[in-house]
Amino acid sequence: MNVVAPFEGIGASLRRKEDFRFLRGRGAYTDDFNRQGQLHAWILRSPHAHARLTSVDTAAAAKMPGVVAVFTGADMAKDNIGGLPCGWQIHNKDGSPMAEPAHPVLAADKVRHVGDPIAVAIAATREQARDAAEAIAVSYDVLPAVANTLDAVKPGAPAVHDGVGGNLCYDWHIGDKAVLDAAFAQAAKIVSLDMVNNRLIPNAMEPRAALGEFDPTTGDYTLHTTSQNPHVIRLLMGANVLHIPESKLRVVAPDVGGGFGSKIYHYAEEAIVTWSAGKLGRPVKWTADRSESFMSDAHGRDHVSNAQLALDANGKILGLKVHTYANMGAYLSTFAPCVPTYLYATLLAGTYTTPVIYCEVKAVFTNTVPVDAYRGAGRPEATFLLERLMDVAAQETGIDRVELRRRNFIQPDQFPYQTPVALQYDSGNYQATLDQALVTADWAGFESRRAEAAKRGKLRGIGISTYLEACGIAPSAVVGSLGARAGLYEVGTIRVHPTGSVTVLTGAHSHGQGHETTFAQLVADKLGVPTAQVDIVHGDTAKVPFGMGTYGSRSLAVGGSAMMKAMDKIIAKGKRIAAHLMEASVDDIEFDRGTFRVAGTDKTKALVDISVAAYVPHNYPIDEIEPGLEETAFYDPKNFTYPGGCHIAEVEICPETGKVSMVNFTAVDDVGRVINPMIVEGQVQGGIAQGIGQALLETCVYDADGQLLSGSMMDYTMPRADDLAPVSVATHTTLCTHNPLGVKGCGEVGAIGSPPAVINAVVDALRDYGVRSLDMPATPAKMWQIINGGRRMAAE
Amino acid sequence: MPQVTLTVNGQTHTQEVEGRTLLVELLREKLRLTGTHVGCDTSQCGACVVDINGESVKSCTTLAVMANGANVTTIEGLAAADGTLHAMQEAFREYHALQCGFCTPGMVMSAIDLVNKHPNGITEQQIREGLEGNLCRCTGYHNIVRAIAAAADVMHGKRTEIARAAE
Amino acid sequence: MYDFAYHKPGSVADAVKLLADPDAKAISGGHTLLPALKHRLNKPSALVDLSGIAELRGIKRVGNAIVIGALTRHVEVANSAEVAAAIPALAYMASLIGDVQVRNRGTLGGSVANNDPAADYPAAVLGLGATVHTSSRKIAADDFFQGMFTTAMEAGEILTAVEFPIVDKAGYAKMRNPASRYVMAGVFVSKSGGAVRVAVNGAGPCVFRQAAMEAALAANWSPDAVAGIKQSAADLNSDIHGSAEYRAHLVGVMAKRAVAAAG
Repeated sequence: MNVVAPFEGIGASLRRKEDFRFLRGRGAYTDDFNRQGQLHAWILRSPHAHARLTSVDTAAAAKMPGVVAVFTGADMAKDNIGGLPCGWQIHNKDGSPMAEPAHPVLAADKVRHVGDPIAVAIAATREQARDAAEAIAVSYDVLPAVANTLDAVKPGAPAVHDGVGGNLCYDWHIGDKAVLDAAFAQAAKIVSLDMVNNRLIPNAMEPRAALGEFDPTTGDYTLHTTSQNPHVIRLLMGANVLHIPESKLRVVAPDVGGGFGSKIYHYAEEAIVTWSAGKLGRPVKWTADRSESFMSDAHGRDHVSNAQLALDANGKILGLKVHTYANMGAYLSTFAPCVPTYLYATLLAGTYTTPVIYCEVKAVFTNTVPVDAYRGAGRPEATFLLERLMDVAAQETGIDRVELRRRNFIQPDQFPYQTPVALQYDSGNYQATLDQALVTADWAGFESRRAEAAKRGKLRGIGISTYLEACGIAPSAVVGSLGARAGLYEVGTIRVHPTGSVTVLTGAHSHGQGHETTFAQLVADKLGVPTAQVDIVHGDTAKVPFGMGTYGSRSLAVGGSAMMKAMDKIIAKGKRIAAHLMEASVDDIEFDRGTFRVAGTDKTKALVDISVAAYVPHNYPIDEIEPGLEETAFYDPKNFTYPGGCHIAEVEICPETGKVSMVNFTAVDDVGRVINPMIVEGQVQGGIAQGIGQALLETCVYDADGQLLSGSMMDYTMPRADDLAPVSVATHTTLCTHNPLGVKGCGEVGAIGSPPAVINAVVDALRDYGVRSLDMPATPAKMWQIINGGRRMAAE
Repeated sequence: MPQVTLTVNGQTHTQEVEGRTLLVELLREKLRLTGTHVGCDTSQCGACVVDINGESVKSCTTLAVMANGANVTTIEGLAAADGTLHAMQEAFREYHALQCGFCTPGMVMSAIDLVNKHPNGITEQQIREGLEGNLCRCTGYHNIVRAIAAAADVMHGKRTEIARAAE
Repeated sequence: MYDFAYHKPGSVADAVKLLADPDAKAISGGHTLLPALKHRLNKPSALVDLSGIAELRGIKRVGNAIVIGALTRHVEVANSAEVAAAIPALAYMASLIGDVQVRNRGTLGGSVANNDPAADYPAAVLGLGATVHTSSRKIAADDFFQGMFTTAMEAGEILTAVEFPIVDKAGYAKMRNPASRYVMAGVFVSKSGGAVRVAVNGAGPCVFRQAAMEAALAANWSPDAVAGIKQSAADLNSDIHGSAEYRAHLVGVMAKRAVAAAG
């Protein structure tokens, strides 16, 4: 009989099942796979941001040692290979669809960013392939380039795509401008702020890789790839690019070394190795160098905005007006168009009762790497804008910044709360997370810490953000109406084996989130099967029925809910079998953690008795119930989920060097029900590190000609252990009202709530220097410039 | 082609390599010890760290020929033959110091060297500074620092169990 | 990397012969050369691995100097009781180079011969007024560093050791580049009798001496003495991490800190 130790279920900080293999070097990442006869690909990439290809001559390269083939865009065209598809269509203000220029796998006639793939050399070793790629002779007619978002919309700017006027992908808006204008007319105070949300390079530690295989006897293709959503890659690549039926294409995303959004998208290299494997009849592997990652992984953020907040005399917000330019890069990556629209503008109410919001977004093409979702995706941009604006509003109205937030909070009794920007929040308690964070961070005692730091010659500041996000995307019908070209449900299969162990097949994909543990805990909690007897299978289209993958903090809220639904079906079937075995009415059968009981009696059957009966149906109502104990559920959520909370950052600035040091960070987040507190804390800690990275360290820099200046870890500042300080992470739970687990999601909250808290702290530290607007990252050089300039001002 | 003889996790191997073959390539591609990873090309991320003759080394910045005669330990060689984890491995699990696992082998190898180099105890600041050569994108380092501190106590005999207090 | 021939000579004389090939390069720890080779910035015909030459190893006190062999790794200098007793600032400087793994492999010879403007060792060599020993001669630090990645050494010449004079006081302070962690601006100061040296690394295209600060410190050895001296921003480096003006400012801050550290 299965007895569940109570510590394995929901709420237990169970140590992770997957750690045994990772800690012993037995993880299986894409580059770890090697096949008999395997070849290696090296991609020739454009060194120019914008150029016409006048010739691509592969003759010399093809004769190099070890080289098996060299392919160009022209070779792909002969095979009728399609372009990389975009999965989301946004419509302009006038109802017309966005501009959606072709995104060739290998450049056909033009290259549009540094790193744009031109050709592939395939050889026996990786270095030989690289030698050959260097020997490809390309003639470029170099064209003027534009990298900066605002430059791209200036009259006369170079056209990234012929036929896309003004480099404008779309001009979109949400909200009622007339109502907003009326609200602004009533305002006692209007606060306006220009802000840049800095462009980031995701840098998951595992560089992207892809291994294509083709079996000529069956015609089956297999792709191993570093993906967050293998079924989506199969769908997009099979249907749009290579024209391979799904039944002939298996996509495996094995262990994946971090994603943060950058491994959601369908990339050129996946199509290149799969197609090449078919052409050559041999496995073809490509693994990115980190330098290649910088110029080929989708980047994140990159907004330029003006925001205006209208307040009444008491500091109540009357309305919010936002204008944003969003950089799309040179092509539309898979989910790019939805990020600065439905994942951004719909979040602009935040935790506040803002009655009217109007936001217009112009998405712009530039000669840069495509930009798409990066941890938080749109929501960090909205949160940064709103929480910076709140601090400036507090400053300019003279209302305390905590008090101003309190006055505008949605109250706990106002849920469900309909915002003016489409979303309906189901639950939350922003006062509670704020109160708890203020106590933990000792907000009240800050001034004495500031004074103590001043004695040491340091400028100390404290900053707050009371944020909200929407995740667990989402109802398929809703996202479909907003332009998604896919559904956003999730799939779970529960397979109870004859002797009672369980295999779970899930469409969610774990690349660090610990699904193999958390999902096993769900099964332990509901079915009473010890986690040691629960195996989670994910990341293989040949094993898992279907799935939309992992991003947007959706795995537990959507994927976990699908499992719960499938387990409900298992229990329902089990009750019928139990009723038969115990000669009772099915209505009298109760189930609790592994035991079926005839209500009010001591007659019981364990789950294993039921599974044995189901697979060995000797005494079984075979006419009424099919044998076997396996159920699949597709779960399509009713709404987004709405985590929120309060982040408080405390920093010290060295006025001599300008270096900002993190000294304290407090997070109190409402992520709904917590299944594994240890894992949730880890997710939040990691998100905060990325948020602090954005605020203090990281930024992608292009020069005016589109050359990537921050093109390696020598110039792109990755957060290190000594850049960060210990963080205090806690949760305060209100349950999600519409999914069976009451969960909201925790993967992104850290990266969403933290950047404005950090920048608000830096601005607070610099309060004697008259800083109103501060763009991220707050680098030492930038801080010194402010401090030095401030001193000069004071001296003059 | 040059020939290299080296001992890896107690086993002696002789391999022909190109002059340009990196130690990490020898480990991953010839010896199929894929636990050691490559995360960057500027010698910064530390995913490739292995132990050579008792010191942590970036195997992506070491030619295979330069490791001739060396005694190399990789992540695969840490646990005991019966599967018992090294205290550092156990601490990483106990303190949830890994998420995607990609930086983990290098992080663990560096951490062991770091603790060995501080036989009289190690402070949090020393741990943070000692990890300058290892990048992690998932954890924010918080739990890595805690895990190393706990493992240090066990490795230095200050406590016997990695297990943290019930929470 | 492009492929190359690999040689491992057992003596300086053999190494010099092998390095007569102008396309051959010497390698010791490899922590400067290999990253460049991996990016294919260089295409040497051969690498001459100096690590088998025993005479290039070791730290010894010779008269009023510490002589450190070219193959001596940063970790060895950082942990050397001999160096710590004689020139603690030198051991401290070595303990700050790169990261643990870089210090475990990187060597004095490689760092000094490469003369990366953002490397640490050149500041110590120039700031202490050391003498560079090569396979054919001895070169004073003031004559050795000639420009970005350029030294007085000729093709085929091998750096064998550096002789650091033991001074009365010395100190080092640096600001790291936030991304690469190489030196953004560093200052190594020393005082020996009435002679004061101030060497600046990271800020310019090559390590250089700061004459005005040297004069001020010779008159008054204290952090305050350098506080008022402005480093000119002309000819300093400017990049996405900081302007020349910022680096000029940092030189002043680091000089102050280096003097304070020297005591």
